[in-house]
Amino acid sequence: MSKDSFLPYGAPNHSSVKPVDLKNLKPYGDAMNDGRMQVNFTLPVEPSPEAQEAAAELMRKMGFVDVKIVDMQKASEGFSFFVGYGAINHSVDFTKITVLKVETVFKGFDEINELIRTKIKRKIRIIGATTGFDAHTVGLDAMFNMKGYKGDYGLERYPMIEAKNMGAQVPNIELLEAAIKMNADAIMVSQVVTEKDCHINNLKDLMVLADKHGWRDRFIFISGGPRLSHPLSVECGLDAGFGTGTLPSHVASYVVDELIRRLERKK
Amino acid sequence: MKLRLNKTQIAQCRSIAKVVSRDVGKMISQHSTVAIERSALRVMGICGAHKKADGQFYPHANAIVDQLEKDNVLARGASFWLANAMLQLEKSAEDVAALVAEDKLRLSEIPLQKKAAVEKTARALAKAGVTKIVEQKKNRKNLLKHLDDPHDPSFKKPPMKYVIVASGNIFEDVVQARAAAQAGADVIAVIRSTAQSLLDYVPHGSTTEGFGGTYATQENFRIMRRALDEESEKLGRYIRLTNYSSGLCMPEIASLAAIERLDFLLCDSLYGILFRDINMKRTLIDQHFSRMMCALSEIFINTGEDNYLTTADAVENGHQVLASQFLNERFALDAHMKESFMGLGHAMEMNPWHPNGILLEIARAQMTRDIFPKAPLKYMPPTRHMEGDIFFGHVYDAIFNLVSVMTKQGIHLLGMPTEAIHTPLLGDRYMALKSCNYIFGGAADLGDELIFRPNGKIEKWSQKVLKESLQLLKKIERIGLYRAIEEKCFAEVSRSLTGGKGFKGVFEKHAEYFNPVQDALEVELVKR
Ligand code: B12
Repeated sequence: MSKDSFLPYGAPNHSSVKPVDLKNLKPYGDAMNDGRMQVNFTLPVEPSPEAQEAAAELMRKMGFVDVKIVDMQKASEGFSFFVGYGAINHSVDFTKITVLKVETVFKGFDEINELIRTKIKRKIRIIGATTGFDAHTVGLDAMFNMKGYKGDYGLERYPMIEAKNMGAQVPNIELLEAAIKMNADAIMVSQVVTEKDCHINNLKDLMVLADKHGWRDRFIFISGGPRLSHPLSVECGLDAGFGTGTLPSHVASYVVDELIRRLERKK
Repeated sequence: MKLRLNKTQIAQCRSIAKVVSRDVGKMISQHSTVAIERSALRVMGICGAHKKADGQFYPHANAIVDQLEKDNVLARGASFWLANAMLQLEKSAEDVAALVAEDKLRLSEIPLQKKAAVEKTARALAKAGVTKIVEQKKNRKNLLKHLDDPHDPSFKKPPMKYVIVASGNIFEDVVQARAAAQAGADVIAVIRSTAQSLLDYVPHGSTTEGFGGTYATQENFRIMRRALDEESEKLGRYIRLTNYSSGLCMPEIASLAAIERLDFLLCDSLYGILFRDINMKRTLIDQHFSRMMCALSEIFINTGEDNYLTTADAVENGHQVLASQFLNERFALDAHMKESFMGLGHAMEMNPWHPNGILLEIARAQMTRDIFPKAPLKYMPPTRHMEGDIFFGHVYDAIFNLVSVMTKQGIHLLGMPTEAIHTPLLGDRYMALKSCNYIFGGAADLGDELIFRPNGKIEKWSQKVLKESLQLLKKIERIGLYRAIEEKCFAEVSRSLTGGKGFKGVFEKHAEYFNPVQDALEVELVKR
């Protein structure tokens, strides 16, 4: 057994047990590498033997073999609803996968405050808002409010952080101007609505504005939201992005690490 | 299945709500808003729009009110100036409107005609508009004579099944709405495009481009109503249509909905303030007019307390919902609405992993039923704790369906397994409806078979929520509604009396303020 090939957790050492093969990773259904998955979709035609075959054919085109359409129902006039099972032909090389990740080591509340006190030697200032027409505040508040999220204190609770939460529906320019006024170190933007990629356009627009005013390097730009990720955020020109399950201490850890990096670069 | 709740406490809650609404009512009666003026114009037949340089249509009603505002004469009421111009120029209302929109006429510069004659002209237009609305109400009644009505005012039938469509394109929405009706939906809501609530005008014509929803326009209302009428005839069951009377155009949407025979409207006295940061006064004044319109056209209102539980914890804050329901009920009564048209809102939003959380949800739902026995309660599904795991979500929604049918809710918003991901796909809606059809059928009479253990967990929880609501209402009585909202009594949101959007559009009525539509509504409603 090597690093790339090993027995699954708890497997007895027996010749019939196949190892996990990271070079050719496939879904595990009922046995190693069987590749079995379920698929569900609707087609804009009435149920019929032809519709069923069309559904199976679509799955074969997706790379499934041993396709079984296990359910075909009439969803309404002119629409059919399918559940299909198949084994996927493809595999991925897990050892070659690289993902852009936020550069930080997650730390706890006390450690973060202590780092700010000893390394930055002043309170740090963070401002945040949900921008554009987006009215969702719960995620943003989870980051900022004293009580925090899932037992993790919010930024307002940190003695070494001055946090300002501007709420929702804030135009990009107002957020930037408020950040200048506060002399903020970091700007946090929440984006929840993603219809027609409005979150992406909104974030890009923020960065264009920041560039135009020469404020790009003045702040650490951070975005967050359920459909956001670090790579997407970087693609939009920001410094970091956080998705579902983010805790306030995650963001605080990143801001502190990044500020320290920036201080050291200046030296 | 009934809970033993303290009747004195319930009565106290209602009497406090009355005191609170009395103060607000005074403020309401002394003010009007740009949106109410535009609504009056719309009812009087001003429904055109003109194309601006940027290619967008801008409603005539807005052009008139903008001009009057600019010339500082709006306080007499837009209807007065319109009728005055009609008399002097001997032109129809729409012709006058078109001239204003093209900037060829300044209403305030037209010599004042005899007051009695102006008012007579205006009242005739208002009467024609109101008559049209009354006609639409009769049309609905007629349809319900030969079509099955999924709604039973005594709640012997399971709740009405309500789903949303939100493709952004009204024509696509029609396809999905009809499919949903066939799969069992009784009510179709066309979700509005993101942030339409912040537009201070109602877009014009049919629309095909929206974000997370489809624009509410008069033409879109008409298109969907026509399609649902056809589908209703085909299915032999009346399919209701809903939209959103909230935001800066709350009263106008109500008027257009009445004209186009929508059946329900989301219409809350506080939602805009708390969730869209619309000015407090603006919302309170606007909701009163909107609800009078609903009362006249027998549109069910749906209130928005369910939303409180998305920003405030649902286990701890059930009392905010109940307190707000008492206020919403009172404000609706003040607008001459009957209880049987009040879809007071609430939701199943507790953390699903809370021990015995399902019991607590049953307690809250049954308590709401018992306290508002006539109201077609609007019960919202889990949303906040929905995550990407659609399989768990489907199970979670199934429990919601069961709680809803056993506690005899009135309007049941179907939960979608994909709630945390996107506005529903056709297949998501189908899955959700199938599950609901199963549970509503299989447990149709469950509520009549069960009794709660006296002093058990369920009963005690409902008593606790009621008691806390009374305490909250007492606080609101002490400090007044405005300060209560400022001090985060609802949804953990704080708003100020003069903050928020749309405050500029509120004005104090002139001694000779004139609004023939509001007068006609008043007459019709009191006459009942
Ligand atoms: C609550 C809610 C509302 C409430 C919001 C109340 C409020 N004040 O926030 C109300 C009722 C107002 C609302 C309105 C609308 N909503 Co809404 N809403 C939701 C709901 C149910 C929950 C969102 C939530 O609070 N989640 C809990 C928080 C804690 O999670 P979170 O936001 O993901 O945040 C976490 C991370 O993402 C991250 N994070 C978030 N922000 C940030 C920021 C930073 C800087 C960082 C570091 C991290 C971070 O950390 C958080 C904690 O881990 C979701 C469905 C769902 N279950 O997700 C729909 C949902 C988000 N809404 C949706 C829509 C479409 C709307 C409307 C546009 C509908 C309409 N047409 O009117 C309107 C929006 C109007 C507007 N102008 O924006 C869609 C979005 C679809 C999409 N992908 O675009 C959803 C997914 C529902 C659906 N299936 O259709 N909504």
